[in-house]
Amino acid sequence: MTDKVYSEEEWGEALEAAKDHYTKVYVPQKEGDFHLFRDLKEGARPDFKFENTRMSAKGLVYPQSMRMFECNMDLAAEDASILKEDEKDYGPRVVVGIRPCDAAAFTIVGRNFDNPEYQDPWWVRWYEATTFVGLGCSEPCSTCFCTSVGGGPFNREGLDVLLYEVDGGYVARSFSDKGEKFLSNAAGGRDAGEDELKAAEAVAEAASGKIVSSVETDNLLEKKQLDLFDAPFWEEVGFSCLNCGTCTYLCPTCWCFDIQDEVHGTAGERIRNWDSCMFPLFTLHGSGHNPRDQKWQRVRQRFMHKLKYYVDKYGAGVQCTGCGRCVRYCPVNIDIRRVAKLMNEY
Amino acid sequence: MVRYTEKIRETAGRLLESGEVEVFIGYRQGTVPLMNEPFQLTDAARVDELYWDCNSCLNLCNYLTKRPEKRIGIVANGCNSRNIVTHIIENQITREQLYIVGIPCEGMIDHRAVQRKVNGREILDYREEGADIIISGRGFEEKIKKADVLRTNCRICRHRNPVIYDELLGEKVEEQTDVDAYKDVKNIEEMTPDKKQEFFQQLIANCIRCYACRNACPLCYCPTCFVDESKPQWVGKSVDPIDTLTFHFLRAYHCAGRCTDCGACERVCPVGISMRQFTKKLNKDAEELFEWEAGLTLESRPPLDVYRPDDYNDFIR
Repeated sequence: MTDKVYSEEEWGEALEAAKDHYTKVYVPQKEGDFHLFRDLKEGARPDFKFENTRMSAKGLVYPQSMRMFECNMDLAAEDASILKEDEKDYGPRVVVGIRPCDAAAFTIVGRNFDNPEYQDPWWVRWYEATTFVGLGCSEPCSTCFCTSVGGGPFNREGLDVLLYEVDGGYVARSFSDKGEKFLSNAAGGRDAGEDELKAAEAVAEAASGKIVSSVETDNLLEKKQLDLFDAPFWEEVGFSCLNCGTCTYLCPTCWCFDIQDEVHGTAGERIRNWDSCMFPLFTLHGSGHNPRDQKWQRVRQRFMHKLKYYVDKYGAGVQCTGCGRCVRYCPVNIDIRRVAKLMNEY
Repeated sequence: MVRYTEKIRETAGRLLESGEVEVFIGYRQGTVPLMNEPFQLTDAARVDELYWDCNSCLNLCNYLTKRPEKRIGIVANGCNSRNIVTHIIENQITREQLYIVGIPCEGMIDHRAVQRKVNGREILDYREEGADIIISGRGFEEKIKKADVLRTNCRICRHRNPVIYDELLGEKVEEQTDVDAYKDVKNIEEMTPDKKQEFFQQLIANCIRCYACRNACPLCYCPTCFVDESKPQWVGKSVDPIDTLTFHFLRAYHCAGRCTDCGACERVCPVGISMRQFTKKLNKDAEELFEWEAGLTLESRPPLDVYRPDDYNDFIR
């Protein structure tokens, strides 16, 4: 597999060149106080000086709101009430600068959207159309705990290429056919030498040592579901919760959605929106009964799903990549590290 | 303001031990800098977990809606106390159920402004020293004047002292009187309708419909919010810009004459939207049309929940 070196300048030009080969080149761009992934505009330069994007890259493959179908609601028309798939662009796209935690999250979300029983047609096609070019975390945040949940600041899972920040530029290493293709499309740079690769690996090594948060999850699998479910701490954990959607919407591994029909005049559309288990409506039955009508029950659901049900169902660890977004942006500071400890030690 | 921490602990301990209150609501120190968590305790042995500093930015009145307890202790600064008044006159709780521990407030910190001061570098430690705050992270330590990073609502606050309390934990602070509370609103009022549309559309462009603003607000206690109604469905649930704008406008209108400008909505927004630009206009209208500021008195009804035959109605033409 190819290893290249780009200077800062060359890297900018390489991304410009890549635009000819991809329908979208998503890069981190600063908007106000934070970074978001945006399609690289002509002449614009991405900003790779960031901790992580405020929203994860989840929405690039699984949009927050997506038109699934459209339908003619004019009952006199021949095709009245027939759902037709809304045309979508499945052209090749590349996400450049995704952090390893967010790339690994696609493996987790994939267990739900692409498994032997069920393949979500949109998620699968967009995921396959996407090349992931990761940016290793040379300076992880204090809230990052990727190393506790099977990842690391330079973890390759879910990535086609990984970038290492070195003096004056980047070392880019590819691990897949998509990655090889990207490096040939990202024209410029030169082959990396032995010394440069060593320097890159040293950066990665040093970064692992900078992770300061750790979360123990080793006991979760053997715990009984009902014991954790009935544990006495949930009301206190959930006291301050606002039941907003911040944690679920910012989370790279939350995958729940809701389907809505909307009609405007004679134009009907079926839309898939992200949903959140924090919302009372999430479990409201048609009868009016709500099995999770207390907010602490909804809080319990989120943590039980991530740290117990998922663990039991897939046998592949927790449904969390340690990105720390919920830790930093929960409006009331409900800290998953603290809750994981309560559950693991219960 | 960290000096209040000890007093809060003492008071909470006394109230819980004597049985004066069943529960006490305050804050505990956050697990990340510039953040405190709303915290409720029933056990006097845990009072040392209580904490107070300039990051106590939420509105604790949010936790008082339809409570069954006979008596609840709660800390309240100026704006929080005004929301408690509003809660009482809107029948969400009774005065008798509350033991209000008042805190004269010198304003809270805008964590985003602090973050900007250090160019977005990660802040690992925060402490207060008199009128300054000291923040540090990997390879930096900076002393910042608190006045330079006050929240914008605190800068224009005219009710820093609690308006209702059973006990006050310190000397009253001087109220700010020479503030122009509505300068930003006036700027928007002068825009053409097209410009206004563009301004508000831009303001909410990054909204993710998480409803943190709505849910952090003590005024939003409806059993089912209009955005969650499905029969009929008033507003679409996608991130369509018109639906999203509809949510923000209607939410604001539901707060007309009730909002205390506590700033909890802005504080909690994960994408930094200044949604007070909506509510402030209605606060200004309430002041100009009805000489009304929300939550100052238990003695009279808010203008929008009372019918007066002698209302001069001079705005209807």
